Amino acid sequence: MKYVIIGNSAAAIGTVQGIREYDKEGQIVIISDEKYSTYSRPLISYWLKGAVTEENMRYRDTDFYEKNDVDTLFDTKVIKINPDKKTITIENGNEVSYDKLMVATGSKPFVPPMEGLEKVEKKFTFMTFDSAKAVKEAIFEGAKVLIVGAGLIGLKAAEALEHYGADMTVVDLADRILPSILDTEASAIMQKHIESKGVKFILGTSVKKFSEKSAVLNNGETVDFDIVILAVGVRPNTELVSEAGGKVNRGIVTDNKQAVDGLKDVYSAGDCTESFDITSGQQKILALLPNAFMQGEVAGKNMAGKETYYLNAIPMNAIGFFGLHIITAGSYDGEAFVETDGKENYKKLVTKDNELKGFILMGDVKRAGIYTSLIKQHISIDECDFELLKNKPQMMAFTRERRNEKLAGGVGNGN
Amino acid sequence: MKRVYVNEDWCLGCHLCEYYCAFANSGETDMAKAFKLDKAPVPRITVEEGDGINFAVQCRHCKDAPCVKGCITGALSINNGVIEIDGSRCVGCYTCVLSCPYGCIVIDEKNGGKTITKCELCTRNSAGEPACVANCPNRAIVFEERGED
Amino acid sequence: MPVNFFPAQFEVIRNTDKCIKCRACERQCSNEVHFYDADYDKMLTKDAQCVDCQRCVCICPTGALKIRPNENAFRESANYTQQIMIENYRQAGSGGVLLSSMGTPKDYPVYWDKILINASQVTNPSIDPLREPMETKVFLGKKPSTIKKNPDGSINTELPPHLELNIPIMFSAMSYGSISKNAHESLARAAAELGTYYNTGEGGLHKDFYQYGENTIVQVASGRFGVFKGYLEAGAAIEIKMGQGAKPGIGGHLPGAKIREDVSRTRMIPMGTDAISPAPHHDIYSIEDLRQLIFSLKEATEYKKPVIVKIAAVHNVAAIASGIARSGADIIAIDGFRGGTGAAPTRIRDNVGIPIELALAAVDQRLRDEGIRNEVSIVVGGSIRSSSDAVKAIALGADAIYIGTPALLALGCHLCRSCHSGKCNWGIATQRPDLVKRLNPEIGYQRLVNLVHAWDHEIKEMMGGMGINSIESLRGNRLMLRGIGLNQKELDILGIQHAGE
Repeated sequence: MKYVIIGNSAAAIGTVQGIREYDKEGQIVIISDEKYSTYSRPLISYWLKGAVTEENMRYRDTDFYEKNDVDTLFDTKVIKINPDKKTITIENGNEVSYDKLMVATGSKPFVPPMEGLEKVEKKFTFMTFDSAKAVKEAIFEGAKVLIVGAGLIGLKAAEALEHYGADMTVVDLADRILPSILDTEASAIMQKHIESKGVKFILGTSVKKFSEKSAVLNNGETVDFDIVILAVGVRPNTELVSEAGGKVNRGIVTDNKQAVDGLKDVYSAGDCTESFDITSGQQKILALLPNAFMQGEVAGKNMAGKETYYLNAIPMNAIGFFGLHIITAGSYDGEAFVETDGKENYKKLVTKDNELKGFILMGDVKRAGIYTSLIKQHISIDECDFELLKNKPQMMAFTRERRNEKLAGGVGNGN
Repeated sequence: MKRVYVNEDWCLGCHLCEYYCAFANSGETDMAKAFKLDKAPVPRITVEEGDGINFAVQCRHCKDAPCVKGCITGALSINNGVIEIDGSRCVGCYTCVLSCPYGCIVIDEKNGGKTITKCELCTRNSAGEPACVANCPNRAIVFEERGED
Repeated sequence: MPVNFFPAQFEVIRNTDKCIKCRACERQCSNEVHFYDADYDKMLTKDAQCVDCQRCVCICPTGALKIRPNENAFRESANYTQQIMIENYRQAGSGGVLLSSMGTPKDYPVYWDKILINASQVTNPSIDPLREPMETKVFLGKKPSTIKKNPDGSINTELPPHLELNIPIMFSAMSYGSISKNAHESLARAAAELGTYYNTGEGGLHKDFYQYGENTIVQVASGRFGVFKGYLEAGAAIEIKMGQGAKPGIGGHLPGAKIREDVSRTRMIPMGTDAISPAPHHDIYSIEDLRQLIFSLKEATEYKKPVIVKIAAVHNVAAIASGIARSGADIIAIDGFRGGTGAAPTRIRDNVGIPIELALAAVDQRLRDEGIRNEVSIVVGGSIRSSSDAVKAIALGADAIYIGTPALLALGCHLCRSCHSGKCNWGIATQRPDLVKRLNPEIGYQRLVNLVHAWDHEIKEMMGGMGINSIESLRGNRLMLRGIGLNQKELDILGIQHAGE
C-alpha cells in the first residue's frame, strides 16, 4: 500500500498518525511545497514576537518522519492529480503513483484587487513561516504598519508587531473586529483592550487607493505606512481536486470518512475542506488546527482500511490578543445568557433546542472544555444543572450517573 | 492503565489534594515554603463543591485525548498512557482548555498564564505516586486499574 | 454584652510561618472555630468554640496548629477546682442538668494499673507464641457441669447455644443513632473479619447490616427501639440491657434532632421525636420478670441464640449477678463505671457505680462460691483500655471483654468528650451527613481489625510469658496476678495477693 499526502501541516500529520495506527508497513510519501519539516502555522506570530524559537516552531519532533517511516518530498509543488492512473504530477513533470491519496493543501491568503497595491513595496500576507520571516526582515523599530483586516490573522500579526514598537492602524470593512468568532459586545471589549495597547482601528471602511507609502480610505481618511499586512481573508486550495473532477463547493466536499466526493481513493482534510457544523447544521470550512488534525487522523485510519467517521465538528477557537484570552465555540443563534463584569470578563452561553449550541468566554476561560463537551456530546440542558453551568463550567452540573461514568471508571474517551 | 479515580461518597471537600498536588509539583521540599515564596504553585487537581457533594477532578488521561490532538504546538503528548505537557513548547493558546471535556487543563497562574499545566500522575516529580491520592485523608481518591485502557 | 464567667477552655495556637491559609481547618471544624479574614489575609480563631477534638491539628498539611488547654489561672483551691467552678457557672447560666460524654475523666483509682502480671522463670517454661500454637478462641454460653447420658447410654453431646469468638474481644454496644452508620459499618465489618461480635446497642439494626448478622449481638433495651422478630433472628445473640456503666440507674435520651430518616426507620419511631429509653424496663421489677423476658426472647428465636443480660457495675453487683445466672441468662455482661457513653448526666457518670475490676472479682467469686459459675459466661467492659487490661480481666475471671472506647479511638475519636453535641468532627458520634462521610468504613474497619490483631498478639505474648498456651487456662487464674499499692481490703475483694507475696 502506498499513501501519498499532499501537504505537511496538521491535517497531513494527522493522516500519518491515523495510517500508522493501523498500517505500520505501507509506504507513506509527504509532498510539500514548503521547504520546512512540519511546523505549526499558528506559531508564526509567536515566533515573530520572539516568544518561540525557530526550533520550537516544529509541530512534531524532528525524528517524526523517521519514526513513522515517512518519505518526504519538500519544496515540491504538485500540479495535477490523475485519478484514472492513480498518480499525481509534480512540477518537474514527474509522476508519483498512489494507492491512497490525501489532499491536505490548506488555504492561501486572499488578496482582493486594490488600486495601487502594486506600488507598495513592503506588503505582506501572514500565513506561512516564510511570510513571517519576510515581515521580520522588513520591520524596524517604530515602523508605521497598516493592517488590512481585523480578523484572527491581522490581529495576531498586530500582537506580534507590538514587540517592535510598531505604530499600527487596522482597517476593516466590517464595523467590528473578529466578527467571525465574537458577538458585538465581545468585539467591543476586545477592541478596547487592543486599543489600550496603542493599536488604532478604522472600521467600516476599506482602502480606496494605495500609493507607495500611504493609503486613502473610502471614508476619506489617509493612513501613512511603512509596511502593509494584508489579512483580508483566506481561500481554500481546492484547484487540484476540482480539476481532477472532485466535488468542490466553497471547500473540497468529503463524506464523513473524509473521502472526496467523486474521486476514488482520494481523501482530503484540513483548511481546504468543508465540515458539517453540528451547531448550525451547515457545511462550513472550519479552518482550525484541531479540526485539521482530527480530520486527517480519521482520513488516515480510513485510508489504512479502518472504517472511522469524523462527526461532531464545530467551529471553535482558543486565542488571545495582548494577554486577553478568548475561547469560543459553536454558533450563537439561539437564546443567550450573558454575564459580564463590565471590565474584560465576558461570558455568553447560547442554547437552542434544549442544548448548548455555542459560547463565548473572554477573560476567565478556565475549564471551557466542559462547555465544549456539552455541545459536542449533545447533552440535553434538562439533564444537567444549567444554573450551575451559568455560574461556571463544572462537572457538578452533570447527573451523578454521568459523573460516575466520566470520573469513576467510565471510558476515558474525550470526544 | 492505573488512573486516579474519585469516590464522591468519601470526598470531604477539604481541598488538601489541591495543596499536596501543587506542593508535589513545586519542586520545593517544604510545603510552607512552597506556598510562601513569591507566587503559590498551581494545583493540577480541582475540587468541585456542591450542595453536600464534593469531588476532585483531574486529567483522565484519555486514550483518544482531544487536548493532545488539538495542541497547536505539539507540546502535549502521550507517553506510556500519561498525557504530558512540555512547558517549553507551550505558548498558552489554551486550545487544550477549549478541548478538555473535564476541564482538567490548568492555566498556570504562577507564570501569569503563559503556559498551561496538567496532571501527569506525579510521574515527572519526586512524589513517586500521585500526591493527591497519597494524602487524601479519607481515601476518596484512589489510584488503580479499572479496566480502561 | 454580658460578662463571660469563664474563659475558653482551649487555645488554638497557629504558627503563621507555617500556615499557608489553605483553610482546611476551617472546612473541617464543625464548631466553626477557624475562619479566614480576607481583610487581614489571615486565619483567625474563635477559641471559645474549640472542644480540642484535634481534627484541625491532624488535617493541617503543614503542621501549623496546636491546641493547648487555656492556661488562664482561676484562683483554684484543692476543693474548688476550676472544673467545679465552671460547672456551677454553666448551671447558673442554663438552669439545666449538665451533660457529658465518654467515660468519666475523674481521678478514681484504676485497679488495672495496680495489678501486675506474672511470668515464668526457669520452671514451667514460657512459650514463644510465634513458634508454638496459642489458643485465644473462647465460647460464650452455658457450660454443662455434669455429663448427661441419652436413654441408649451414649453421652448427650448437645450443648446450649454458644457464641464462638476467635479472640476474646468484642465491640461493646453503641447504638446507631448515638454513632454514625459508617461507624457501625466499620464495627460490623471488623467483627466479621475478626471472627468476633459487635453490638447494635439499643438503636435497632440498619437494614444494610443484616448481612453481618452472624457477627452481631442485637440488643433489647428499655426503649425496645427497633425490636421485632426479624431483628431478634438477625443476630447471633440477644442482649438485654438492664444498665450501662456510665449511667447506672437512668435511661437514655436521644434528641429528636438526631432521629433522621434512616435512624427513624431503624428505631421504628417517627422522625424528629425524642428517643427516650426509660430508666427501668417497665416489665421487669424482679429476677422472675427478667427470667420471663429471657425466655420470651429464647422462645421467639427457638432457643438457638444465647441471651446476654447486661448490667452496670453497682454496689451489690455480685448478688444481682447471682440472680441473673439463675434466671436463665447464658451470659452476663458487666459494665464498669468508667465506661463510655454518647451522653449522660455529668453527676451520674462521675459519681454512680463501681470499678469493673472489683465488680468482676466479686461476681466471679460469688458465682464460684454458689457453684453456678458454669451456668453463665462473664463478659466485662467499662474501660478496658489495652491488651494488658484484657489479660488482667480474664485472669480475674472474665470469659471475654467488651471494648468501646478503644474501638472509637481506632476510628479516629480523640476523646474530646463532646459526643452529646452531635457535631463529631471525626464522623463518629454524629448524624450530620457532611460529618458522617468523614469516616470511610473502608479505612475504619481496617483500623479496627489492626487494633484487635495487635491486642491479640500482645495477649498471646503475655500468655506465653506465663507459660500458658490457652486462654481457658488463664481465665480466673488469679495466681497470675499480684496487687501493688493496694490495701488488704482491696486485695481481698480482687482475690489476689500483694506483689512480693
